[in-house]
Amino acid sequence: MNTSVKMILVLTIIATLSGGLLSFWDAYTSPKIEEYRQSEVKKAVKEVLPPAANYREKVIQTDSYTFYLGYDGDELIGITFNIKGGGFQDIISLMVGVTPDFKQITGLSVLDQKETPGLGTKIAVDPSRKGEETWFTEQFKGKSPFPEMYYVKNKQAGTENEIEAISGATISSQAVVTILNTHIPAAKTAYESLNQ
Amino acid sequence: MAKKVTIKEDFLKGIWKENPILIALLGLCPTLAVTISVENGLAMGLAASFVLICSSTIISLLRNLIPKQVRIASFIVVIATFVTIADRYLAAFYPDISRNLGPFIPLIIVNCMILGRQEAFASKNGVGRSILDALGMGIGFTLVLIILSAIRELLGSGTILGIQVMWPSFTPWMVMILPPGAFLTLGLMIGASNWINDRRAK
Repeated sequence: MNTSVKMILVLTIIATLSGGLLSFWDAYTSPKIEEYRQSEVKKAVKEVLPPAANYREKVIQTDSYTFYLGYDGDELIGITFNIKGGGFQDIISLMVGVTPDFKQITGLSVLDQKETPGLGTKIAVDPSRKGEETWFTEQFKGKSPFPEMYYVKNKQAGTENEIEAISGATISSQAVVTILNTHIPAAKTAYESLNQ
Repeated sequence: MAKKVTIKEDFLKGIWKENPILIALLGLCPTLAVTISVENGLAMGLAASFVLICSSTIISLLRNLIPKQVRIASFIVVIATFVTIADRYLAAFYPDISRNLGPFIPLIIVNCMILGRQEAFASKNGVGRSILDALGMGIGFTLVLIILSAIRELLGSGTILGIQVMWPSFTPWMVMILPPGAFLTLGLMIGASNWINDRRAK
């Protein structure tokens, strides 16, 4: 057989078999991957909302944000949405919960980050503070995103706009604050335009 | 008798004499990048070994059918198929590990160790010998990753597999879980293996 024909034939057969195998494998694994992603989002949504006795949830999709509205019975207790922005070396993805008027943060959770191990990763988990490993996101609870949030270094956060930065990871701390400052006002506008 | 020696040799050479990391210095990118914890090192070692063993099996079976001119392209397609299978498997069943390893699982495709074994061994030898060769290389790769990540996790976080083993007042050496720690530890390990080989040669 001609070499060129053989080359084309062999590569075509290998690629076809590979494609077939992978599409079969994808059909098997992708529901599981999607399920896990959903459960992560669900967990984070509940985490950043205030506790509710009769919790139920409503999802509203807009062009720029997906809002998860948390209800306790019929009362709207908080609005949650996913926001992303640049961290020290990669995108930081956060789930933030706010009161229905957007005036107070009810909770913050880190969905995904690739900060420097041992330094920037403390925005999600800080193993050096036993018992309060999530102190960094925890401190956002009750803070006010308006007019603007900022961080302080090496001292206790005072006012309702202040949070304490992680020492050694100022850039990561600042990134989180910047993401909140950029997205909360934009989400507020998007949410309010829904009701008009 | 002569045949038995070759079989043993095919398997054992990957573990020490031709160890992919310590001697051949192949596949260093995942070696340096993911070994901040034993869990990561073990997962990377097993994933790469799975890809290596499957690819070697297929390539040695097809070795007489693949024309020389397109052999590298064929190797890459076969390797990429198994890497994608491993990547999706981890994402579906071990999502935490998959998240920790990030892009380094898909990057197994360009791991020189795997392509190197196809070109140097599987495309020239029978299925049985190729599987033994891949097994030996995979074990050698995984063992080095486990030792390297154990040293880094112990000194950098004070833990092994997430369990605290250092005394409570131990201050973790931050540098060990940062990239310089990987270079330092790997350099010392390669130095030690060379020293042992030198002593043996004398």
